[in-house]
Amino acid sequence: MQPDTEKKTGKISPHTEEEPLKGTFASVLMLGAFIVVCWFAVFSLFLNRA
Amino acid sequence: MLSQKADHIAYTTRIDRAAARLSLAYILVAFSAFGIAALFGMLQGMVRGGLFELPGWLNYYQILTAHGVLMGLVFTTYFIIGFFFSGIARTTGGSLHGTALRLGWIGFVTMVIGTVMDVVTILSGDASVLYTFYAPMKASPYFYIGTALLVVGSWLAGYGMFASYAKWRREHKGERSPLFVYLAVATMILWQVCTIPVAVEVLFQLIPWSFGWTPTINVLLSRTLFWFFGHPLVYFWLMPAYAAWYVCIPRIIGGKIFSDTLSRVAFILFLLFSIPVGFHHQLMEPGISPAWKMVHVVLTLAVVLPSLMTAFSMFAVFETTGRAKGGKGLYGWFKHLPWTDVRFFAPFVGMLFFIPAGTGGIINTSNQMNAVVHNTIWVTGHFHITVGAAVAMTFFGVAYWLVPALTGRKLTATANRMGMVQTVFWTVGMGIMSLAMHTMGLQGVPRRTAYTTYMDNPEALNWIPWQRVMGMGGGLLFVSAILLIAILIYLAFFAPKGYTEYPIGETDGEQAAPALLERWTVWLSVLAVLCVLAYAYPIMEQIQHAPPGSPGIRTW
Amino acid sequence: MQVHRYEKIWLAIGGAVLALFIVLLAVNAFAMGMHPPSDMQMIDPQKVDQTPPFDKPGLKQIGEKEYDAFMTAYAFSYAPAVIEVPVGSKVNFHVTSKDVVHGFEIPGTNINFMVEPGFVNSASQVFDQPGEYLILCNEYCGAGHHLMATKIIVK
Repeated sequence: MQPDTEKKTGKISPHTEEEPLKGTFASVLMLGAFIVVCWFAVFSLFLNRA
Repeated sequence: MLSQKADHIAYTTRIDRAAARLSLAYILVAFSAFGIAALFGMLQGMVRGGLFELPGWLNYYQILTAHGVLMGLVFTTYFIIGFFFSGIARTTGGSLHGTALRLGWIGFVTMVIGTVMDVVTILSGDASVLYTFYAPMKASPYFYIGTALLVVGSWLAGYGMFASYAKWRREHKGERSPLFVYLAVATMILWQVCTIPVAVEVLFQLIPWSFGWTPTINVLLSRTLFWFFGHPLVYFWLMPAYAAWYVCIPRIIGGKIFSDTLSRVAFILFLLFSIPVGFHHQLMEPGISPAWKMVHVVLTLAVVLPSLMTAFSMFAVFETTGRAKGGKGLYGWFKHLPWTDVRFFAPFVGMLFFIPAGTGGIINTSNQMNAVVHNTIWVTGHFHITVGAAVAMTFFGVAYWLVPALTGRKLTATANRMGMVQTVFWTVGMGIMSLAMHTMGLQGVPRRTAYTTYMDNPEALNWIPWQRVMGMGGGLLFVSAILLIAILIYLAFFAPKGYTEYPIGETDGEQAAPALLERWTVWLSVLAVLCVLAYAYPIMEQIQHAPPGSPGIRTW
Repeated sequence: MQVHRYEKIWLAIGGAVLALFIVLLAVNAFAMGMHPPSDMQMIDPQKVDQTPPFDKPGLKQIGEKEYDAFMTAYAFSYAPAVIEVPVGSKVNFHVTSKDVVHGFEIPGTNINFMVEPGFVNSASQVFDQPGEYLILCNEYCGAGHHLMATKIIVK
């Protein structure tokens, strides 16, 4: 069994700049683009109906 | 103190029998309510789709009230408390101490009494006021008392968790608390704070008025107090799901927690910014000035940031884990995730649902733009993919390992496969239903409305095909719900005895979390200041410059 | 506390987008007058029938092509029953409730607001296209809620 290791501190291996998070970055950017597109779609619907 | 047998169970489940029983009691009520609510939900979909007519003794708005109360208040609250108690026991040495257990059980009994009062008044037709119980529609006083008891019981359970946390800190001076405990405590603090306004509404406005002790009610004030509570309520649902994402999912996929500190920071931000924002539910209302509405809109958009942080953390956990297992290129890591493990798959689909769900939330809160979607069925679609998909699917994924972990049984390969099938049904059903709801909402189809053509209005007749699609989605969801309950009954009572892991992720090095994060007086003070800024003046105005009150009316 | 560089960029972009939304909404609302319906005018909900102009709900012409529509909402209908205006008219709706909370929505337009006892709520719409517009209640108000509707005829 695993003891509750999450409370341990100790060894230092922080997330460094080199850590390959390119896929993560690309994913969140797509997520951001989705938010922007949807928001402007509804905003233009609002303006058109005014 | 434990008997030999209990010791054995403590070993196989990692949680002692007393804590497991408490947690299981909550989970049992949660899924019982879920099953009944799912039946009502399916019936509503069928009625609205024009596929079915309710018998004379059952009213659409009555089952709508039952569905909302049982899903939104009962299923969620019980599950969350049961999950948190088990996780706190699991991460603080495997048991809960006497005070926590006592408070947990007193809270449980109080909540059950409240729930029974609510269910009886709703089923007897004396409380068809929906789960928002807007005055001056007047329900039976026992409905309001039941709701109050439900909340008070949850407070007591929260005190039990705080007691566990305090005990742990006394025994581990200067140490960082376990992440799960921290996230649970932050969520329960949010709950303690945000239920105060609704408690004020229920105790000082609704109960005296429904008994006839006060002739009229200040309608706008009651709505403001309700939504002071109503938005953090949705974060009370969401944060336990996030806790599972942050703490349990990394372990399930064989990775590490992305950042212990950032997880804590996200929860502090939720605590601070999800409460002083209720006017974004009242954007189309009279009696609240445009400037105050805008203040709440800005604060609401601030609470998007911790969700953006969560999105990054989740992708990062997946990517680092997938790469450690040999994934190459931009998306090679994607293949290395455990796609056939329901403990991962169900919450993962929930996360995907949260992308359109969160986007819809940003649109809803966008001040004047709210006119496009306000009180249309778009909103129903929105919260069915937030709480009904992102949150619920995470809870399902958790239940698949939590129930056998608590009963000392095995999550078998067959149960896992059936869970995958259940998840697919839920995904397709919710996908179809919410797509139909969002599409109809943009055309102005109202929410919370029984089947109608508005005297064969041509525009309203055009909506019927979409309503039918929505009803079919509801049908698939019901099939999924039955399957879920069958699997959980199997896991609780019939699966082979054995060990199921309670997955708690490890952090990857780093982690000298700022001590400030555990100084709750600081955060509570900041929260108090934000609430005063956002609400003190408008509420004072609503009390001092109120129109003549409204007498209660029963319109159903 | 360490934050990955990509996460910093992501949060900066996210924050900037949210700020942009806020600015657009604020300009549109405060500079261009597109506020959400937020009328502050009060009324005694038990005396609506005795309070002018709601004692005689109806249309009132206030300009060449502009009308005030004073309407009441009650379980489960609106008064007046039907409104008729010429094409191109601007109609300022002023609505109050005689009993519980109601909604007031014209699908396909931005007219969508809450009608609450004790307050008058208002919103305006220009009707450029002829036709029959459905007005419906979009806040649950009781057993007949799904029947609560009326129409405005634009000729």
